[in-house]
Amino acid sequence: MTNSISEIEEAGCIFVIGSNTTACHPLIARRIIRGKEKGAKLIVADPRNIHLARFADVAVRHRLGSDVALLNGMMRIIIHNDWHAKHYIMERTEEFEEFCRVVETYPPEKVENITGVHPRDLERMAELYATNPPGSLLYAMGITQHTTGVDNVKSCCNLAMLCGYVGIRGGGVNPLRGQNNVQGACDMGGLPNVLPGYQPVGDPEVNNRFSTAWGRKIPDRPGLTITDMVPAMLDGKLKALYVIGENPKLSDPDWNHFHHALKNLDLLIVQDLFLSETAQVAHVVFPAASAAEKDGTFTNSERRCMRINKAIEPLGDSLPDWEIICRFSKAIGYDMTYDSPEEIFREMAALTPKLYGGMTYGRLGIEGLMWPCPDNDHPGTQYLHKDGFARGKGKFHSIHYRPPAESPDDEFPYFLTTGRMFAHFHTGTMTRISPHLDVQQPKGYVDINPKDAEALGVKESDVLLISSRRGEMEVPARLTTSVEPGVVFMPIHFGESPTNILTNADAFDPLAKIPEFKVSSVKIKKL
Amino acid sequence: MNGKIVPSVCSYCGTGCGVLFQVVNGKLVGTMPLKTHPVNEGKLCIKGWHLHEYVNSPTRLRSPLIKMNGRFRQATWDKALHFASDRLKAIIEKYGPDSVGVLVSAKITNEENYLAQKFARAAIGTNNVDHCARL
Repeated sequence: MTNSISEIEEAGCIFVIGSNTTACHPLIARRIIRGKEKGAKLIVADPRNIHLARFADVAVRHRLGSDVALLNGMMRIIIHNDWHAKHYIMERTEEFEEFCRVVETYPPEKVENITGVHPRDLERMAELYATNPPGSLLYAMGITQHTTGVDNVKSCCNLAMLCGYVGIRGGGVNPLRGQNNVQGACDMGGLPNVLPGYQPVGDPEVNNRFSTAWGRKIPDRPGLTITDMVPAMLDGKLKALYVIGENPKLSDPDWNHFHHALKNLDLLIVQDLFLSETAQVAHVVFPAASAAEKDGTFTNSERRCMRINKAIEPLGDSLPDWEIICRFSKAIGYDMTYDSPEEIFREMAALTPKLYGGMTYGRLGIEGLMWPCPDNDHPGTQYLHKDGFARGKGKFHSIHYRPPAESPDDEFPYFLTTGRMFAHFHTGTMTRISPHLDVQQPKGYVDINPKDAEALGVKESDVLLISSRRGEMEVPARLTTSVEPGVVFMPIHFGESPTNILTNADAFDPLAKIPEFKVSSVKIKKL
Repeated sequence: MNGKIVPSVCSYCGTGCGVLFQVVNGKLVGTMPLKTHPVNEGKLCIKGWHLHEYVNSPTRLRSPLIKMNGRFRQATWDKALHFASDRLKAIIEKYGPDSVGVLVSAKITNEENYLAQKFARAAIGTNNVDHCARL
């Protein structure tokens, strides 16, 4: 998030696209509703009729994968009505003219053809967002999990820059992170092309600094993303995989494909709290302690680094992940010895001076600090890009709409989209063993519109056979108008009805390598 | 009875709500919202209120496991680490460091992620490091 969570309440307009916020980020949804109570306008764009839409001034259900067209259409209207921030654009951005030429080719009628959104609604969205500053744009995986994920994100940035909403209080482009420390995992260099603090592995100065600090020459060529690792496993190039605290067998696209890839490994080591679907096929499993059993820090969606504290002793023989990694490293001949997470934090902070350099356990306290926090007196940064963008001038990207990899056809006539529901979390390893959560929804389901159900002769709880080009599964139906006719929705939490049997591993964004979980096409048969 | 309250952060979504763990006689018995926290201001969602339940689950792994003849056997840490490191070293020697991948985690701490990628880059010698940010 460029801006903080509390600032959502200060926005003049809140635009939520591709985020089922009340289910997936309830305490951020609270801020949206409070913002609305304080007078903000609320726009919701989502292919499903989500709960938040009930609170909205304008809510649209655009066709799956049509986000670029929708946003381009809004921007054309904003420019035509002269609502854009001309001074901001001149001072702080570049490549505006070319961008204008592209959005000019998205008149409301064309946008309606692609998105299904009426020109009147599109006009209203554009007006509310552009004329109620500051506008806060919020999105989640509904924007990113597409073959056009990067295009979608850039289009969101274009819209915010067009209205001068980046670098101001209460505005911003705010991706809502789905995991407690996904921000931290990225910050810490849990990516194939960057070291901690987003410092490129190929930069000689950076590489040298880390190699010196760690006492080993580290490789300077970017490695494989998870999306590239799977074919490398199938080709026999990747022989060993060490998986820490993840369940990719359920979260990766295309279950069958991934299952074969794992079977091909000479060594699979899984470190987890539970014997997850992935751990079950491992050669060795290391039992890890939970977050309540160790000290450390998490960094949330708004870049706030906060301490967690050990409340109880690790269960059984389990150990905190940091201790396991230290022991394992020693066992393969590279000594890593630390007394405490605090000592690790100090080493990390010294190597990421721009982001974490000014943070210490003492300074974090209960509230934590938001990066960038470059020195010991720095109060942390509530919102980014205040005086300028990291790259200098903000670049307008000229982006054309591209359809998703799969669209319904005669053989597979329905759209399938996937996501989370309120009581469960991701692959369900944590929530399905939690009695008060599991009771809310103990098994998988597919949401289908009553009109489609009627046409298929399907009643509530009837078991349907859902098939795609990848595979098929049986799952009970739930009749609901939260999905449009022609679209079905399945939650991703349930190992016995894994949606990734159906989703497409070959369709991913060419740059971000994010799979297109949000769009595939399926056929439905009543059993 | 011996009780304490320990401030922490929820481990579900990326919002980062402040929680208080309630501990009685060394057991985690409940989760409460942290009233003064800047993110959640004393509120939690249904998952947050039941955060302690996954921690206490009887399905938690309590010892290392090694698979032999298709079945998991419990093992000591020494045995499990020995087994894994012997095989890993052999693979690195035979196929090179880039034949290994490490998936770090959006659920473990910053310190642990830092160590996990350091393990991949310095101990193994590969940049094949990623996690589930995309998934």
